[in-house]
Amino acid sequence: MSETHPSREPPGFPHRHLLGIEGLSRGEIEFLLDLADVYAAKDPRDHQRSSLLSGYTVINLFFENSTRTRTSFELAAKRLGAEVINMSVASSSIKKGETLIDTAMTLTAMRPDLLVVRHPDSGAVSLLSEKVDCAVINGGDGSHEHPTQALLDALSIRRRKGRLAGLTVAICGDVLHSRVARSNIYLLTTMGAQVRVIAPPTLLPAGIERFGAQAFTDMRAGLADVDIVMMLRLQNERMQGSYVPSVREYFRFYGLDQEKLASAKPDALVMHPGPMNRGVEIDSELADDIDRSLIHTQVAMGVAVRMACLHALLRGEEPPEEGRA
Amino acid sequence: MAVPGTPHRVAYINVRLLDPASGLDAPGALLTEGTQIADLGPRLFNDGLPEDAEVVDCGGACLAPGLVDMRVQLREPGEEHKETIASASRAAAAGGITSMVGLPNTDPVVDDVAGVEFVARRARDEKLVKVYTYAALTRGLGGREITEIGLLHEYGARGFTDGVKPVGNAQVMRRALSYATAFDTVILQHPQEPRLSGGVMNGGELATRLGLPGIPRLAEVMLLERDLRLVEMTGGRYHASLLSTAEAVEAMRRAKERGLPVTCDTAPHYFTLNENAVGDYRSFAKVLPPLRGESDRAAIAEAVVDGTIDAICSDHAPQDQDAKRLPFAAAAWGMAGLETLLPLSLALVHQGRMSLLELLKRLTLNPAAILQGRAALEPGLPADLVIFDPDRAWVIDPDRFLSKSKNSAFDNHPVQGKVLRTIVDGRSIFTLSETAAAD
Repeated sequence: MSETHPSREPPGFPHRHLLGIEGLSRGEIEFLLDLADVYAAKDPRDHQRSSLLSGYTVINLFFENSTRTRTSFELAAKRLGAEVINMSVASSSIKKGETLIDTAMTLTAMRPDLLVVRHPDSGAVSLLSEKVDCAVINGGDGSHEHPTQALLDALSIRRRKGRLAGLTVAICGDVLHSRVARSNIYLLTTMGAQVRVIAPPTLLPAGIERFGAQAFTDMRAGLADVDIVMMLRLQNERMQGSYVPSVREYFRFYGLDQEKLASAKPDALVMHPGPMNRGVEIDSELADDIDRSLIHTQVAMGVAVRMACLHALLRGEEPPEEGRA
Repeated sequence: MAVPGTPHRVAYINVRLLDPASGLDAPGALLTEGTQIADLGPRLFNDGLPEDAEVVDCGGACLAPGLVDMRVQLREPGEEHKETIASASRAAAAGGITSMVGLPNTDPVVDDVAGVEFVARRARDEKLVKVYTYAALTRGLGGREITEIGLLHEYGARGFTDGVKPVGNAQVMRRALSYATAFDTVILQHPQEPRLSGGVMNGGELATRLGLPGIPRLAEVMLLERDLRLVEMTGGRYHASLLSTAEAVEAMRRAKERGLPVTCDTAPHYFTLNENAVGDYRSFAKVLPPLRGESDRAAIAEAVVDGTIDAICSDHAPQDQDAKRLPFAAAAWGMAGLETLLPLSLALVHQGRMSLLELLKRLTLNPAAILQGRAALEPGLPADLVIFDPDRAWVIDPDRFLSKSKNSAFDNHPVQGKVLRTIVDGRSIFTLSETAAAD
């Protein structure tokens, strides 16, 4: 299928790790999306297990609970023929800094080819990547980055809208604490989309305009004429009067319902990284509206994107078909 | 008389029109039609009086927008033996006040939509002055969790404050100021560093002589300066209530010069009395913040004159006799103020320090603007008016207050300036009786 992207061999993906979207070029992002597109096009029901990563070992190292992301990475690695080991380290039972390095040393001795790492502390994945001698994919670090989520969001949008450049995307909700928001802002602005962030002022991080995003505290104004509405999850503990007074006030002013969505373009699509709080940040019917909601597409694209990332980091020189048995 | 079906028209003739919004200060007349101001001016009715209007000859008295009192403790619900919305409304009407805003420190606290609606409904029942309420800034005035600012604002809360309790936690104040920017509402703070506020009067020599714990003057400017930095960080609209010290005035002056969205008020006792009023343990002069020394009193008066202090409020804090007739440290805080707001403030005019028009700006236009309202003599606006004689001399006698509580430190205090009539939505809700006028 190399004719689909004739100019893709160079630049390829010239990085050892995927720690974040910040710093990736437009060409590198396109390379990953194009590769993911190839995997997404394959019908999973007839999926012929690939042997591209046969003999490779991937360790999912999760210092924070996650079912969706871990499962998605596991499936991606297995579909490419890799051995997968899942390690969950309950963050409550460790002294973080010390154990992180200790864990890295132990893992290095096992000689894995790639680590997928999620950690509740921003910067922890990058720190770990300096201590191991294999490739590392950031599966989400604190409030910093979640690059594969941004890639799967971009792929979902691109497959539905045909492009990213020129689209207006509103990212709504707890931008302050969201790694998904940061990675998406980097990716979408790099790809030429207009990015808006919509949140109560207490959940807008300082200096967000400097990221190239336009900030709104009035949701209707922020949603005016957007192509994509990307909702973020709001953690319950932030709705008890510290950042936001209450769930009902949050839903009233910042929850996505049909009325607020009416200010967006008529064909605007709704996205959510999951898991959703129905009735908090999104109206339940809207979340299930297959004409408007990209939420299920996002989950499906997650596996394809992660296959592409594993492929790019471990077998970047190979086109996708070469590895098939 | 009025033709059935047409709005009632009243012509107030032979008045001195005073409108701080336009700068008008001239003899003339004003016509109301139904609930609104229909027309006004020096030459109104030069061609004759309208036949269908009721004519009120005011004998040269002043006619101005009704006073807007931005800080009143209503005591209802919860302490109806001290004051009710009805009794406070009657007292306000007698004081020339046409709109007032209650603090949320009732029982229960006004920290939810039902509390705001309760005050609105009771005010509608009374049909006297316009009564509004602030909502609590934090739940239960606990100082920790912000209230539903967006919903409460939509339901008519005029601003957010923990009333007489300062918000001491900087993170809470920061988030509140920040959050409120989404709804363009104002946050009011009584600035007094909580950890320095254990005393019962002004800290200093007199407190030492009386053997009473003092509240240091600097407690005020410390919390105010912290808040002003948070305003700079968040862009939130902030109002400092009841300034009592020279340093606080200076901090406000600098903040305004830097263009911060900040305003402030004080109450008449802070520019009329100094701490000597509590000598002899006079608990009726126990107010919060405490009365300060003479140089602070003079600085507050000067700040009202030069406009650094935007508004004068009554700080009406009714207390029953039992709560006040106690040893000083145990006595309740506060003073009844609705009926003395105008005459005490007029002293600054009689002393020749400011014009009547400028003073009225602090009592009408400015507080209304802080609360996002409008108090002016303009056709089409609600006919909320006060007619008063600025010169009539009388002596304050708290026993004659219409307020349920008589706790004033101004017993026997001679003043000049008497409210003759108070009009809300075109309707006279207070008219000075001849027997009272004869006093």
